[in-house]
Amino acid sequence: MEFRYLPMTKEDKSDMLQSIGVESTDELFSDIPRTVRLDREMELKPPENEYSLMQEMRNLSERNSNLRQYTSFLGAGVYDHYIPSVVDHVISRSEFYTAYTPYQPEISQGELQAIFEFQTMIADLTGMDVANSSMYDGGTALAEAITLAAAQTKKKKVLLSEATHPDSLDVIKTYARAHGLELTFIGEENGTVSFEELDEHLSDDVAAVVVQYPNFLGQVEPLREIRELMNEKARKAMFIVSANPLALGYLTPPGDFGADIVVGDTQVFGIPAQFGGPHCGYFAVTKKLMRKIPGRLVGETVDEDGERGFVLTLQAREQHIRREKATSNICSNQALNALASSVALTSLGKDGLFKMAEMNIQKAMYLKKCVESKGLSLLGKGPFFNELVIQIPITVKEANKKLYQHGIIGGFDLSRVDSKYGKSMLVAVTELRSKEEIEKFAELLGGFHE
Amino acid sequence: MSKEAYPLIFERSKTGRTGFSLPENDVADMDVANMFEDSYIRKEKAELPEVSELQLIRHYTGLSTRNHGVDTGFYPLGSCTMKYNPKLNEDVARLPGFSHIHPYQEESTVQGTLYWMYDLQESLAEITGMNTVTLQPAAGAQGEWTGLMMIRSFHENNGDMDRTKVIVPDSAHGTNPASATVAGFEAVTVKTNERGLVDIEDLKRLVDDRTAALMLTNPNTLGLFEEDIVEMAAIVHEAGGKLYYDGANLNAILGYTRPGDMGFDVVHLNLHKTFTGPHGGGGPGSGPVGVTAELEPYLPKPLLTKSGESYTFDYDRPRSIGRVKPYYGNVGINLRAYTYIRTMGAEGLKRVSEYAVLNANYMMRRLSDSFELPFTQHCKHEFVLSGKIQKKLGVRTLDMAKRLLDFGYHPPTIYFPTNVEEAMMIEPTETEAKETLDGFIETMEKIAEEVKKDPEIVQEAPYSTVVGRLDETTAARKPVLKYAHK
Repeated sequence: MEFRYLPMTKEDKSDMLQSIGVESTDELFSDIPRTVRLDREMELKPPENEYSLMQEMRNLSERNSNLRQYTSFLGAGVYDHYIPSVVDHVISRSEFYTAYTPYQPEISQGELQAIFEFQTMIADLTGMDVANSSMYDGGTALAEAITLAAAQTKKKKVLLSEATHPDSLDVIKTYARAHGLELTFIGEENGTVSFEELDEHLSDDVAAVVVQYPNFLGQVEPLREIRELMNEKARKAMFIVSANPLALGYLTPPGDFGADIVVGDTQVFGIPAQFGGPHCGYFAVTKKLMRKIPGRLVGETVDEDGERGFVLTLQAREQHIRREKATSNICSNQALNALASSVALTSLGKDGLFKMAEMNIQKAMYLKKCVESKGLSLLGKGPFFNELVIQIPITVKEANKKLYQHGIIGGFDLSRVDSKYGKSMLVAVTELRSKEEIEKFAELLGGFHE
Repeated sequence: MSKEAYPLIFERSKTGRTGFSLPENDVADMDVANMFEDSYIRKEKAELPEVSELQLIRHYTGLSTRNHGVDTGFYPLGSCTMKYNPKLNEDVARLPGFSHIHPYQEESTVQGTLYWMYDLQESLAEITGMNTVTLQPAAGAQGEWTGLMMIRSFHENNGDMDRTKVIVPDSAHGTNPASATVAGFEAVTVKTNERGLVDIEDLKRLVDDRTAALMLTNPNTLGLFEEDIVEMAAIVHEAGGKLYYDGANLNAILGYTRPGDMGFDVVHLNLHKTFTGPHGGGGPGSGPVGVTAELEPYLPKPLLTKSGESYTFDYDRPRSIGRVKPYYGNVGINLRAYTYIRTMGAEGLKRVSEYAVLNANYMMRRLSDSFELPFTQHCKHEFVLSGKIQKKLGVRTLDMAKRLLDFGYHPPTIYFPTNVEEAMMIEPTETEAKETLDGFIETMEKIAEEVKKDPEIVQEAPYSTVVGRLDETTAARKPVLKYAHK
């Protein structure tokens, strides 16, 4: 069998063995004890040629119902947005995608500068002083934000709004166990964090308060009022906001309301849903926390001739230096996806981002208008971005089955999170949904009966 | 290449230029501002660049030419397994049926993806000799942490609350002790002996009833196989501890031996290394974890399972450590790894390790004429040289690394592992042709000659890169981490 990724010829092999001074490659493996050697071939599918494998994979892919064939109203943390064509062309440049971490800055200026530009865009969008080069995803970024806040304040108690992404909350529970943190979940009232409950739990021993903006139910949390309450009752606690960065194209950034740490996912900018990953977490902090931020940072500097250049910096924070004294073990970033998001944001530019964000709100407002005209009611009374919770007369599971018959991928079943939500469908409306699709969707929802 | 300043995208911006093409706004009459209190509407638009599409493409194309990837040239970066990233993998990952599916779609509408994910789990279990595999962890470091959290849960579940020690060799990558710490353990260091292997006597001294686990890479970070692995496994197991396998170096042993056969209980893999997921300039990676049947109940949830002819996520796993990542992992990277495994099969994968090891030994023997070789036994997929001889002549390993840039090579990993003075860690991988290896060897020999005859040439390198050596001290002392908009 020939393998196109393996250039070794018989002649090469015999020359090399001779040069090493051994008879066979087996001799090179003689240090593996006989008792642990695999004395059979691994049981894997046989090697496949390029054409057949591509055919097989294409057939498999066609067994999935994809968001480009179906009209999707599914969001809940992963969104189907416009991806400019330029994005894939840029990230397909192999100098970017086949490179490793830019540890040799002289031959990695392209990657380093791209990340520096990404950091700039994120800092500006979030209204924060510093952003890192990216994290695995929004959920783990939020978990890292909490461990950072606990380490910084030397406190263990964390208050989290229940209206935070459920998968993120699950990840946080796992991290909290590792770090011995005490989590208190604050309920929602009319779709946003309950001030009564928050007030009850806020005290000087609180390390952090966590909310999502807009929250998991689509509602825009009143960040200013939350910060004010924190200032009153828990001055030293860190205010952590998980924000959809697209929403920040229109909404006031959390930094302006006094957030200490802002995290989220840039999947909304140029990254396809791809069944939940890889996406791209971002992590932004105030200047005070700059030397505590996890992950890689790129900084500007100069070379011997005074020319501008970029390097990985403040590495004394990181695991490969701190080893067992590290507070985070992250040692990669989502560089290629951060690049995709930078390219998407560059393509959109100042006006495009604003227009896209605004259009998301308008489309969601239009859906609200349509479903209300069908007599359906919504959960949550406050302002929203591009998501709504619609109360329907049948279970979401049943509704989605019916919608699918009409070529529609329906919304998220909130009863998966908590049975108290009953027949509530969390629906996302992005700029990709047309007026006609929205009307048809509302029409179908309005036609469901118990 | 000429040394010249390259503008930031923000410096190319001009008010009024656009690079976007949004869908038509057919609901423009909805009054947004009316919904929000004024203070919740952004006062100033985010300062994003305003450029045309061609300006954008030129900017990023220009940036790409200021970067070195595997497709650009040889990249013998030890411990990183910079092998060729097959193009078919990229094409498969971009099929719309794979790239445009939502993690919360009904399972019946994503069976195509669940099929290959399950097959990948099974393949990785066979390759590593483990019972069950989860694809959830986002990267190697997260895989380590996941595995250690499972070991922790296992001990706690047995009422073994005092097992707080994780033993890590002094040659281990910094991530190992860091993962142990963030999983709530105390990292304890075991020494390396004069042959570059774990010091068994020191290990015996350290292992006791407080030992939760021993974390190992095998072959280790020196590229050497831990020959005493069977005895080490027995020492740890007899004391009630678990064996953790860091899969960073799996590229050396595919089809020859398996972590499961060596006695390991938990394994994480770096799919972006051995299994050709591209490194992407630093990520995304993927770090699946495999375990023995005994540890299976602790795997993160949900776990993908097969029932009849269909596939489903099992959330009902009471002893699970919980979730480590939203959704189901870095699916797009896992898909590339799956495509690679299907391309190679068992025969191809075994040959991968055979040639990776052959290439490394060939380079090691030839380079040992010019450089100090601290450990002389056969290496596996990589080896470590010392720049001691050159240091005596006033040239440091860093200088030689920079000099390599002038010849179009990415340098080896340097100053790691830390237990070798002036270390250079070289990993050629199996995808490089002999001509490439010979070219690199000759260049290294040439540099060794320069060190003897004209050390200044090496000390002041590089000469041909777009920037010279950069001032990292000032970068850390007075950090500038974003562009200051005018």
